[in-house]
Amino acid sequence: MAQITTELKTPTLAKASRLRWLGYLWRDKKAVIGLFVLSLFVLSAIFAPWIAPYDPNAMDFQMLLAPSMDHPLGVDDLGRDLLSRIIHGARVSIFVGLSTVGIALVIGVFLGILAGYFGGWIDTIIMRYIDLVWAFPNFIIAVYLVAVFGTGLENVIIAIALAYLDDFARIARGMVLSIREQDFVASAKSMGASSLRIMRVHLFPNALAPIIVTATVSIANAILAEAGLSFLGLGVKPTTPTWGLILSDARSFFTRAWWLAVFPGMAIMLTVLSINFLGDALRDIFDVREYQD
Amino acid sequence: MLGYLIRRVIHALLVIAAVATLVFFMLRAVPGDPLRAMLFEIGDAEAVEALRTKLGLDQPMYVQYVIWFGHVLQGDLGNSIYGSRVSVSRIITEAFPRTISLAGFAFIIALLLAVPAGIVSAIRKHSIFDHVFTFIAFLGLSMPDFWVAIILIIIFAVNLHWLPAIGYADISKGFWPWFSHLILPAIAIGTAFSAILARMIRSALLEVMKSDFIRTARAKGLDENLVIFKHALRNAAIPVITVLGIAIALLMSGAVIVENVFSIKGLGRTLIQGILNRDYPVVQGAILVVSVIFVFANLLVDVFYTLVDPRIRYEE
Repeated sequence: MAQITTELKTPTLAKASRLRWLGYLWRDKKAVIGLFVLSLFVLSAIFAPWIAPYDPNAMDFQMLLAPSMDHPLGVDDLGRDLLSRIIHGARVSIFVGLSTVGIALVIGVFLGILAGYFGGWIDTIIMRYIDLVWAFPNFIIAVYLVAVFGTGLENVIIAIALAYLDDFARIARGMVLSIREQDFVASAKSMGASSLRIMRVHLFPNALAPIIVTATVSIANAILAEAGLSFLGLGVKPTTPTWGLILSDARSFFTRAWWLAVFPGMAIMLTVLSINFLGDALRDIFDVREYQD
Repeated sequence: MLGYLIRRVIHALLVIAAVATLVFFMLRAVPGDPLRAMLFEIGDAEAVEALRTKLGLDQPMYVQYVIWFGHVLQGDLGNSIYGSRVSVSRIITEAFPRTISLAGFAFIIALLLAVPAGIVSAIRKHSIFDHVFTFIAFLGLSMPDFWVAIILIIIFAVNLHWLPAIGYADISKGFWPWFSHLILPAIAIGTAFSAILARMIRSALLEVMKSDFIRTARAKGLDENLVIFKHALRNAAIPVITVLGIAIALLMSGAVIVENVFSIKGLGRTLIQGILNRDYPVVQGAILVVSVIFVFANLLVDVFYTLVDPRIRYEE
């Protein structure tokens, strides 16, 4: 006899398919290269104090030395080893990338689901704000927010997160609106499931694929934004080695010391490139079309 | 159409008013007293208060806001409270053409690079060209624009001495000085947009090539070049127009940072200098003008879009 099950299956990324998309990822050459390069940077970020040949802030009278056996990437204007500074810089860049996107994702998705699920005036208020953020170049918003909050690592993270959360809110809202009317949500509702449970169990998992793709790309954008802010003097404190700041510090010495210009920029480019490769592969796998309004 | 236009313009003005309001109140939350900074931390309390009264900063916030807003409507953005205290309108009038030249130039360079690359990638899908262009596009998206700017300066200004490294020359000084000062920053700003545009053209063209009317055109024995350039490209242009909105965002943010590398006193450099000097009126003015440009440029793109593709309806 057929049993009537009370548990409704949500059509979502089930465990079996999760393994399957790891397989897809493995078959995509771009994704494999991206993952490989990215893990190099992540590992050097985690183990920076042990990997870096010198103290990143140790100064020396031997200044502006070109790359050599002792200093593979050369030495800056204060006699600091560039390789050690770039390795330590990976910490800040990757930390900023992950934490800003984490914050933007949580707040953005929460706002989006709230707006989409409840509609009415909640939707109006939230979406007017999101529209305003959406209507502006994210980087300029981040610049402005840093001007308001002040510089420093925490403020930079909050500024970038607030400037880049519009994508998440829009995607989450859009998905909720398209799913809300579907049968499995209606049946969950008719069975007396609470709003919170419907959001958590039914709506969120369905919005997951485009959110994962957006999050990946956003990490790349956040790393670029941090580098840009630090370069403009609106970023972290001057003693912290970050890629943007190393480039900014070295501005007066580019004519004499090309390595100060080339290597930190390459570190940014390689990190962002590998994240973009990964994001592109994920987009193909999840079959997410770039979100267009 | 007229009703739609009026609605959109009103909406754009509301957005700008909202931005102006937000900018005004948020800036007042900035920690640190700009007056102290102005007097180089040396003025006594009396001098600070005198200056505060003179600048109207002793009034309640909402009074300051109403006065400020009234002045803005008359085109008066106040005076810089830093250095020579020139009027913000004058600073911005001088900065405006620089940023517009730069962004316009960057846009043209991006088009020149992206259109051929996108078309070749689509026509010769999965060929070596396609792979190379795809890779270059990824690189373009992943390089910070200020780094591109620095590398260009090192190669073309410092080593080859072909182009000036910094500064801006007004077009009144002749075409070449103007042009030569703009090439490098324009390339630096245009790179990322060019990458996005090339990818967009490629996918739009591939989508169109799958449609029935292309099959019909081919079936009736039309020359392949005619099929691509006359039939496919025109229709592929429609989705591509949507990225023009992204273009404006990218070009404006690019200008903010790249102007600082090249010491071009455009809106971007004005904004950053204003922030670093805690010069409220300048920051407000610069953000306001950037938003006006941005909102109206997007409005133009939307209107253009409805004109190109009559299938898009004006109603909300």
